[in-house]
Amino acid sequence: MRDAHAPIGEDDLQAFIDQRLDDPRRAAVEAYLAEHPEVAKRVEAERRQRDMLRDLLQPKFDEPIPAHLRIDTLAAARRERRRGRWQTAAAACVMFVVGAGSGWFAAMDARPGPTPRPMPMAVADEATLAYSTFVGEVMHPVEVRADDQSHLMTWLSKRLDHPMSAPDLSGYGFRLMGGRLLPGGSGAAAQLMYDDDHGNRLTLYVEAAHGETTAFRFAQDRDMATFVWIDKGMGFAVTAKTGRDTLLPIAEAVYRQLDTAPAPARSG
Amino acid sequence: MDDDLGSRLEQQIPALRRYAFALARNSAEADDLVQDCLERALSRWSLRRADGDLRAWLFAILRNQFVNAYHRNKRRGIQVAEDVNAASPAGQDRALELGDALAALDLLPEDQKSLLLLVGVEDFSYAEAAQVLGIPEGTVMSRLSRARKRLREILESGRVPLLRRVK
Repeated sequence: MRDAHAPIGEDDLQAFIDQRLDDPRRAAVEAYLAEHPEVAKRVEAERRQRDMLRDLLQPKFDEPIPAHLRIDTLAAARRERRRGRWQTAAAACVMFVVGAGSGWFAAMDARPGPTPRPMPMAVADEATLAYSTFVGEVMHPVEVRADDQSHLMTWLSKRLDHPMSAPDLSGYGFRLMGGRLLPGGSGAAAQLMYDDDHGNRLTLYVEAAHGETTAFRFAQDRDMATFVWIDKGMGFAVTAKTGRDTLLPIAEAVYRQLDTAPAPARSG
Repeated sequence: MDDDLGSRLEQQIPALRRYAFALARNSAEADDLVQDCLERALSRWSLRRADGDLRAWLFAILRNQFVNAYHRNKRRGIQVAEDVNAASPAGQDRALELGDALAALDLLPEDQKSLLLLVGVEDFSYAEAAQVLGIPEGTVMSRLSRARKRLREILESGRVPLLRRVK
């Protein structure tokens, strides 16, 4: 501990406000304050303000924990997500085995390893290009506005030959602005655009992608971050000017919502 | 997941909610922050060093999420003005009521605000607070002194709009 007779410094005053001094030092500070009324006044004010903050925030601490924040709830949701990922991985394994069985594997014997499939990254590139093209568009950011959402989704579903629904991202502060139809790498592509209260824009890009089902892949192009995945013969990309950590929960929310939406009959 | 971890995490939730609410000043946003923080803690638990302090680790996660999601946005004033759900929104034109310490706290830079909350409200040691904020332990006292001085000046003068503009 510090020498009780050392000169009183600002550190002592702060520790005094926080009631963290040992007895001799506290007594020394009290004696000092008795001789310096101006300093005592300030220390007293700061101590009172510290207590005020504590009192104002105490009700929040005393509130019961909301059900959705209980660890049991969160852990169960997490198990559910993991199960989904395992199923995705299992589907990918099945496809790999089918490929091996059909003789495709034979040619790979001499190679160092399987070539990564470019498909998800191609979708990410197209999504990023579409994002950078339209996200700065002030006059016509979307072709069909969200106020006619049912028409928008019917139209896009028809053109993509895939039932589309617009995920609800209001939990992340994003509202659907609308959507547009674009030429994609293998036919028509749809872009849904969302924005938040700060004018940040986010897009969901969807097109047919005849690759294997994949897990999330992350791509960063300049300041644009994209999560892309392929599921049930469709490629999905969520793009925004944000960081990976901010985008991931949104991409997961999109995945969850699309996954529970009515899916088309799977082919072979 | 073992029940022990579950109960240790759950014990921290009331304090995490309080800290998140003081940062975001909006109950719904605060609980989103807490949920993200807990989900991240659950997914990263296995990567965590066993000897670290659970509470400091959780608060650091939550604070980083707040800083990433909100502080990066320079237009903080607009965000606060749209804060319709808060029990006592810190509107820009609203005169600062005497002793409205929470509104005054809102006018401090995030690092000063967090330091006052961690030390003054959550009873973190100076060393733990330094750990959460990622600053050298030796700078905690001088920062704390500056933060308290600034808060006191705001509360004593009630100059909200002026300070807001300067910020």
